[in-house]
Amino acid sequence: MNVQEIHSRLKARFGDGIGEWPAPEAGDPFIQVQPTYLREACKFLRDEADLRFDFLRLISAVDWTDRLSSVYHLYSYEHHHGVTLRVDLLRAAPRVGSVADVWPAADWHEREAYDMMGIVYEGHPALKRILLPDDWAGYPLRKDYKAPEEYNGLTNR
Amino acid sequence: MGMTSDLTLTPPREDSLRTEELLINMGPQHPSTHGVLRLVVRTDGEIVRESWPQIGFLHRCFEKIAESLNYAQVVPYTDRMDYLASMNNALAFCLGVEKLGGIDVPERAAYLRVIAAELNRIASHLVSFGTYALDLGAFTPFLYAFREREYILAILEKMSGGRLLYHYPRIGGVARDMSAEMIRDTRAFLKIMRKAWPEYNTLLSYNQIFIKRTANVGAVSREQAIAWGFTGPCLRGSGVPFDLRKQHPYSLYERFQFDVPVGEGLKGTVGDCWDRYWVRMVEIMECCKIIEQALDGLPDGPVTAKVPRVLKLPKGEVYVPCENPRGELGYYIISDGAAKALRVKSRGPSFCNLSITNALCRDILLADVVAVLGSIDIVLGEVDR
Repeated sequence: MNVQEIHSRLKARFGDGIGEWPAPEAGDPFIQVQPTYLREACKFLRDEADLRFDFLRLISAVDWTDRLSSVYHLYSYEHHHGVTLRVDLLRAAPRVGSVADVWPAADWHEREAYDMMGIVYEGHPALKRILLPDDWAGYPLRKDYKAPEEYNGLTNR
Repeated sequence: MGMTSDLTLTPPREDSLRTEELLINMGPQHPSTHGVLRLVVRTDGEIVRESWPQIGFLHRCFEKIAESLNYAQVVPYTDRMDYLASMNNALAFCLGVEKLGGIDVPERAAYLRVIAAELNRIASHLVSFGTYALDLGAFTPFLYAFREREYILAILEKMSGGRLLYHYPRIGGVARDMSAEMIRDTRAFLKIMRKAWPEYNTLLSYNQIFIKRTANVGAVSREQAIAWGFTGPCLRGSGVPFDLRKQHPYSLYERFQFDVPVGEGLKGTVGDCWDRYWVRMVEIMECCKIIEQALDGLPDGPVTAKVPRVLKLPKGEVYVPCENPRGELGYYIISDGAAKALRVKSRGPSFCNLSITNALCRDILLADVVAVLGSIDIVLGEVDR
């Protein structure tokens, strides 16, 4: 199934929860999903016989400066097709449901997105920093992040 | 340190053999963690109840660096992620940039990339073979593996100038052409490798002690492997015949004949440590096949396309997955039309394969944790990025 067909399957099931078919710029197309629909859409994509997205490739967090995004790359080993979902979140309070119970692989990806971009995945079993120390301040991959001058007595100079 | 497969683990009875639980730090400075991985394990005597990997000791925030440099400048940074497979790392990034930029790579360059990537894959599997034996207490295989790996490093050094970090694949092609001498060397190496391979098996693969330490240990089912995002030899070890070079070929892999080995439970259960190990061993021979075909069919022509010095990619996003020695490596690149990426996210197989640790290292012997970790074959440079 190609991405456009997958999009119409999702659109038929979730209606306004799914964005319009994007006019593809260069590169890969993606499907926009409303945050409140994300978990249901993921379960739907995983469980439907003709979709069967059993492999969560990666979750990426993106800072567009006016909003944040959580992006999901999915793949199906059964049908050998892939799809990309994008959820836009408020920069001030980026929250979206965790999919760690849909694909266990999401566990570390969501922790990384939280660590680097500060996106809160609600319902995650243990959402804490993964690459940075627990007492680190700020989210380094945000565009307005300023690297600290000092950390626990260690200075930049 | 016990050998598990024949031991039945009976839980200690409440009234008699109750032992205190103990939290132990394995690493970050520990020979079996293959770098700076810290594993916090909760043990009950010899039995590990839980294990939490603590990562990030090598974190350099590659993704932030990648946003501050132009595309060509990012390539050498990718070399340093999975430093045992530099060729494959740089290749994946270049393919991503080329796809978004609509850059066509000359055929000869694509072939040279395949040769370099497959040589590097063998070198990487050899390190994995050697260090895995080291983990389990056998020193000799390590020397054998490094003997053969040396030939590869010599070839790659001639091709690129580096022995570990190559910066050989460039956006639009490769850095240098391969001379007749290098081709001769590579053919000679294939001969040596094919002769050495049965030795490895006599030495380690069919060694009874090795089999007892790895067969039936750390078995991952097909469903588990997929759910936890296993890729590469780990996924194939669990019996899933999936290889990106086969299913979604890139860099002209569709032109080469090779088999995709999968775990069959030859010595124990499907998806156990021995299966993951064995998939890598068989892959070494498959790499030789691919290299040979690439050398035979090496077309003439330029080795790099015309690419502007400051490359601006069109607005859009792309994710190109590649089959790295450890699994699926892909870069998710988003461009807003500028000379620098808006976002570069790397999906490294080591990070993803490691995330299963706590689910897998439960209620097994401490010695088996070492066997399981070694069989997953991680490189911390890529876990931490």
